[in-house]
Amino acid sequence: MRIEKHPIKSFKRGEEISFYYNGEAVTAFQGETIAAALHAAGHRQLTKSQKYGRDRGLFCAIGKCSACLMVVDNVPNTPICTTKAKPGMKVFSK
Amino acid sequence: MIEIDALVVGGGPAGICAASTLAEKGLEVWLVDENDQLGGQLVKQTHKFFGSKEHYAGVRGIDIPQKVDLCKVKVLSNTSVLGCYKDGVYTLIIEEKTYIKVKPKGAVIATGAQEKFLPFEGNDLPGVYGAGAVQTLMNKEGILPGKKVLMIGAGNIGLIVSYQLLQAGVEVVAVIEGADRIGGYWVHSAKVARASVPILTNHTILKAVGKSEVEGAVIAKLNSNWEVEPNSEQTFEVDTICLSVGLAPINDLLWQRGCQMQYVKELGGYVPSRNKFLKTSVDNIYVAGDVSGIEEASSAMVEGKVAGLALAMDIKGENFEMEIEQAFRSLKWLREGETALNLRKGLEKIGVIEC
Amino acid sequence: MLKTVGIAQKDDLIEVMPSLQRLKQGPVAIFECFQPIPCNPCENSCPKNAVVIGEDINNIPFVDHDKCNGCSKCVSVCPGLAVFLIDLSKDKGNVTLPYEFCPLPKKGEEVYGLDRSGKIVEICTVTNIRTAKSLNSTTLLSIETSKDKVNEIRFIKLKEENNER
Repeated sequence: MRIEKHPIKSFKRGEEISFYYNGEAVTAFQGETIAAALHAAGHRQLTKSQKYGRDRGLFCAIGKCSACLMVVDNVPNTPICTTKAKPGMKVFSK
Repeated sequence: MIEIDALVVGGGPAGICAASTLAEKGLEVWLVDENDQLGGQLVKQTHKFFGSKEHYAGVRGIDIPQKVDLCKVKVLSNTSVLGCYKDGVYTLIIEEKTYIKVKPKGAVIATGAQEKFLPFEGNDLPGVYGAGAVQTLMNKEGILPGKKVLMIGAGNIGLIVSYQLLQAGVEVVAVIEGADRIGGYWVHSAKVARASVPILTNHTILKAVGKSEVEGAVIAKLNSNWEVEPNSEQTFEVDTICLSVGLAPINDLLWQRGCQMQYVKELGGYVPSRNKFLKTSVDNIYVAGDVSGIEEASSAMVEGKVAGLALAMDIKGENFEMEIEQAFRSLKWLREGETALNLRKGLEKIGVIEC
Repeated sequence: MLKTVGIAQKDDLIEVMPSLQRLKQGPVAIFECFQPIPCNPCENSCPKNAVVIGEDINNIPFVDHDKCNGCSKCVSVCPGLAVFLIDLSKDKGNVTLPYEFCPLPKKGEEVYGLDRSGKIVEICTVTNIRTAKSLNSTTLLSIETSKDKVNEIRFIKLKEENNER
């Protein structure tokens, strides 16, 4: 859910773009992180734990905790909480 | 290899003030930050700051970075420091592609802090966030983490983030706190309480409920020995659990360089040993802000100034003691008061103040 | 109670209340700032020098209610949103509070007046709304209350809570 009205801040969003998340097109705005765009699109389950396959979400959102590492344009272990969404980008949760 | 006067690592409140101070003293300064925007966690602090004029009192955190003069500082955003070595060389990677080496005469490490975690059943479910993550999503990206939130921790961050969630239109079902009292300022708890959010001290979270993401939370009452009282469980239907249980210094660079470190619980974990001018055990490395011990952003800014002035004195051989003394006075005021008691204990352990 | 649940009680409030005589003379500032905080914008904001903190910025503000003319500068400037104006000089009571939520109510609109714990006290009418750049996104909202409720009501809730937030 994107905030439309806020008492303190106005959110200036960039141009609308789209990228691919596990093959599915997701709409984002230029300047948003991948994690933010996925949240806005309703994806909170991001990765799976390695041993038991439990769902994992976002935790620190500043690139420190490793909970949200994904494969972004073939680069593994990319923290999607600090990586900006770019048009046509291919993001895989595994 | 590029030789410069000073390198500041981290563009949060401490780093921008250190860089600004060094540049003001005529030094060639590089300010390196891994984000695309300077300010560190200030960029999500939508509330007005305490302090006095010199600490930007009454200014919202989001507006502070623009008020710090960095026009003479070379700012490298989207840049990470990969390592610092015994020969004084720092390796930097810019935009994930350009790799460079810099050798500064001295550095201020101001790498900040990261969220602590809490053990409880289901704490790995999607929907359990650190308070900082909620702030990032909400106040930086303008995206809500969920619709109904349980906040864990009634320190300043827990209370402030609860208030900010309310401002963004999110329901906060309660703020719970394990201790028998509110850790944050009462003016913050008052803002949350009058907006109909109960603050439950002596309460802990037992588990997060949900299959593939958070659907609820079970909390319980604690007795004075921090044991769960029987039959005191209470279940909240929430989609988000926000953890505000403290911060830990991001100290990797200091460990790597071999700075002497010590564990000080009151300061958030391992912090560098340092003198009162914030100089570490390594001669030309200074620290400032949360990496040197968890504190408020206001004191981080003053620490940045102290470290900047002290390093400028080292490099230029000029005397800025008057200004440093003034900054010390300012720090002392910020660290007075009962809420800073724990912090003062920590600073005493590290030997920079006497209680 | 203040320490455990964050809500000021009668004993706390007695300390910061102006005299009955002063209350009858017109709007006056009430400082619900009960704890040392390193903070002093209220002192600098007061054109009448009615607020004193002194060199140690942790001092709890001392307010000379007789000097205070109810100008509301301190209400908008307090980072803790802990200052309110109350007015008992007219037929009805009036409370001015700092408000940082949206949407804003309209002048003349009926809203719920809430107490310090967020409980509904009564229905109040909005008498004034001040938003200005100088207020830095803190709106000053004045509401008409029953005279005996001016010391209870510290927040509002819009009547239509299904507003498009």
